[in-house]
Amino acid sequence: MRRVAIVGAGLTKFYRNVQETPKELAYEAAKMALDSCEMKLSDIDCVVIGTAPDAFDGLHMKGEYLTDGSGGYRKPYMRHYVGGGTGVLSPIHGWFHVASGMFDTCLVVAEEKMSSAYPHPAGAFLTIFDHTTEQPLYPTLIWIFAIEMNRFMTTYGYRKEDIALVAVKNKKNAMDHPSAQLPGEITVEDVLNSEIMAWPVNRLDISPTSDGAAAIVLAAEHVARRVTEKPIWIDGVGWALDTAYWCTRDLYYPDYVEVAARMAYKMAGIKEPSKEIHIAEPYDPFTYKELHHIEGLLLCKRGESVQMLLDGVTQRTGNLPCCPSGGALGVGNPIAATGLMKIIEIFLQLREEAGKRQVPGKPTCGVAQAWGDLMQVGTVVVMRS
Amino acid sequence: MEIMEKDVAKTATKLKTQQILEGKVLSVKWEPNLKYAWDNGPALGRYLAELKNGRIIAKKCNKCHRIMIPPRMFCELCWRPTDEWVFVKDTGIVNTWVVSYVDWKAGRLDIKGGVRPITPAVIEIDGASKGMGILHLLDEVDPWKIYRGMRVKAVWKPAEERIGAITDIKYFKPIE
Amino acid sequence: MTKRVAIIGIGTTGFRATTPDLSYRELTYEAATKAYLDAGIEPKDVDAFVSTAEDFFEGYSIADEYSPDQLGAVLKPIYTIPGDFIHSLASAYMMILSGIGDIMVVQGMSKASNMLTLSELVTFAMDPIYNRPLKESPHAVAGMEMARFMYETGTTREQCAKVVVKNKKNALTNPLAGHGVLIDPDYVLNSEIVSFPLTQMDISPHSDGAVVVVLAEEKTAKSLSDKPIWIRGIGWCSDTPGLETRNWAEAVYAQIAAEMAYKMAGIRYPRKEINFAEVNDEFSYKELQHLEAMRICKKGEAGPLTEMGGTEIDGEFPVNPSGGCLGVGNLYELNGGHKVLEVVRQLRGEAGKNQLKDVTTGIAQSWRGIPTTTGTVVILSN
Ligand SMILES: [Zn+2]
Repeated sequence: MRRVAIVGAGLTKFYRNVQETPKELAYEAAKMALDSCEMKLSDIDCVVIGTAPDAFDGLHMKGEYLTDGSGGYRKPYMRHYVGGGTGVLSPIHGWFHVASGMFDTCLVVAEEKMSSAYPHPAGAFLTIFDHTTEQPLYPTLIWIFAIEMNRFMTTYGYRKEDIALVAVKNKKNAMDHPSAQLPGEITVEDVLNSEIMAWPVNRLDISPTSDGAAAIVLAAEHVARRVTEKPIWIDGVGWALDTAYWCTRDLYYPDYVEVAARMAYKMAGIKEPSKEIHIAEPYDPFTYKELHHIEGLLLCKRGESVQMLLDGVTQRTGNLPCCPSGGALGVGNPIAATGLMKIIEIFLQLREEAGKRQVPGKPTCGVAQAWGDLMQVGTVVVMRS
Repeated sequence: MEIMEKDVAKTATKLKTQQILEGKVLSVKWEPNLKYAWDNGPALGRYLAELKNGRIIAKKCNKCHRIMIPPRMFCELCWRPTDEWVFVKDTGIVNTWVVSYVDWKAGRLDIKGGVRPITPAVIEIDGASKGMGILHLLDEVDPWKIYRGMRVKAVWKPAEERIGAITDIKYFKPIE
Repeated sequence: MTKRVAIIGIGTTGFRATTPDLSYRELTYEAATKAYLDAGIEPKDVDAFVSTAEDFFEGYSIADEYSPDQLGAVLKPIYTIPGDFIHSLASAYMMILSGIGDIMVVQGMSKASNMLTLSELVTFAMDPIYNRPLKESPHAVAGMEMARFMYETGTTREQCAKVVVKNKKNALTNPLAGHGVLIDPDYVLNSEIVSFPLTQMDISPHSDGAVVVVLAEEKTAKSLSDKPIWIRGIGWCSDTPGLETRNWAEAVYAQIAAEMAYKMAGIRYPRKEINFAEVNDEFSYKELQHLEAMRICKKGEAGPLTEMGGTEIDGEFPVNPSGGCLGVGNLYELNGGHKVLEVVRQLRGEAGKNQLKDVTTGIAQSWRGIPTTTGTVVILSN
């Protein structure tokens, strides 16, 4: 198996309602990623694009439209997706391209422009549900997450005021992130007093509607050593999907994340994740999701994630910093781009280039994870310096 | 390399929703007119036909012994065709639920004006295997008094109004 | 590259204009069951799965949600490629080379009959700012391309019509095909004009169906299969999505994708080293344009070769012996899957009345349709 490293990264600012077209967002991120490692598009052998539902950007075959913006023009160029898990699948898909020996360099781009869908992208989410048995009930995405959050809470007796701390932590972390859309210092009371969306989910439990793009450059070892002194290696990849019959699953635990994590840990030779992993970027589109995913990633025992949060373990200065970037809750959530933003955060942290966000203690091993679809996808990447 | 404020500042330009709605920003509108007619297949086809009859039907896998709802022609876990059809009850228990203040377009309901929040739930149907639930709505219950394990029963539309759809059941209501 | 990868199982439902009796779930389940049986495996033996789906073709957002159940892929590694089936095949191929596992499954499905507003849908794929407001019919784009291709190569409408006649005839003896018919070139030329020079009969009708393919690494392939069909070269490429800047005469995407595959396979003279081709013929002229892009014919030569019968089943270089998109039906993202399936059937000697004699190497090529410039190629040998 060839070793593959991340050698460059680029990220746009995340906003709701950006003026730039999806193509232009993809270009900005891709260009920044190439510049960061002093590479040109002609040095790139292939391009992969991660972007989730076409309904957001309002484009059928969105991958085709994004070809030139992503740098895919007249190159082997391929799109992939697994709903909200797409962002972390992107480096995995790029990794195949390089690890297979078919290409030496790969530009990985992730883009989402959610604000194109009017009046609200929530409308686009109706069509993720089963067209026969569920859509006639007019479900919204928030419902199913609230349904899952409720099940998670009732199983362990978790309290809303404790879960709200995730939003407090992540929005504070985001204050140091240059791309952040919703950074800020808030309190648990602010979260609890924000308007109810679908109990137990309040406004501040949810990540925002965002537009944005992210990109990284992957290189085979011999190229990576040449272009950078600090390659960050992709040492483990894993992903899994659970059944689409989501009502037949017990939603208290994300089996799909555990399966994906075990696959990635096995490849990376990790036996005790909570000890060997120094830093994590679990997907946090909702407050409870960070905790749900920390449990699925085997970073703590089932039912112990809230205690970890209360003990400050997941703070930037804690033993296992989680979402030091500010996560989807603080930086914003342009679906596919968010996952890649998390990969970029681990990349920067392991290179000790995260500036004010830098976690102490010289971390050498990190994990990024995303999740999506009908609460059924886990995508996991383990990275080492 | 650190990604700095100055690096990202030029990558995206923020617009206000108001600027777009007032036409201060040139924009292109497009309302896609997309229509589909999905073939339901034998399993969901029968499911819908029985809903029209006021009954709920499931299908059994004789390998894992699950009685599955909605019914399916193959067992996704055992990877084999399913076996007999089984009628299940129109009662069940609430597995998990939500008190929603928003509709599917993220529009806010006028709760203060007296509109009842929407209360969707996963309902485990009696007669189906444990944990086999469907998404449906709860009504005729105080939204804040719903609890896990609450027993509920389907409230059907009158026979002449049923069309063979999941909405032939109007909602589920408590039966205790 | 040290590892070799083979196709060891294929399964399909066949292709027909409508499939009202089955849902997308059951279509794929049928194809998967046959493919696993063909390969002698069970879903638990599979290391990873790749499904092929495009949101608005399925009528679902993030259509990958509905991929695992009917493949036996619940809680297994699976992801979705919104591209052509051969993109998915390439993705699975790279996973084997990367050491992710030894057995991979690739799926594609078409429920084209369920899309009631196809023209509107294709328009929805056009650039929202530059092109959509013009409300051009998607067939106008094909008509413009056909005109430019004919102008630059000297290809005639009669030669294009001959492609339709040949492919629809081939489909008559292919039990998997749903649009076979015996017609003469005049029937095509006199059919209703859609967007001149394109007539109604130059356009492929659509079909429903599913294809599942099982791939395996060499050692596993040899232990499981008596007739492994080897992937010798694979390529994919996207040219510009812009209507304003593309090359209207030549299929540049097919050329670059083919050269990538030839290089991998060590092929220098495709016409001599490859025995037959299944190429995308969504529109009649596309078959000719693709043959020229892939260096199987010189520029301007594909039309005359077709006219002289050189691409018939008993011709010098058979093209679309299955009946192609014109005879089998346009399967959208599954088009490449059908091409791969037919090449494998030929190389295994399982193509029945359409069987070619003494074939050892075939090429499958696909295109993503209007308005894209994305193409894929795979070269297979027995
Ligand atoms: Zn079973």
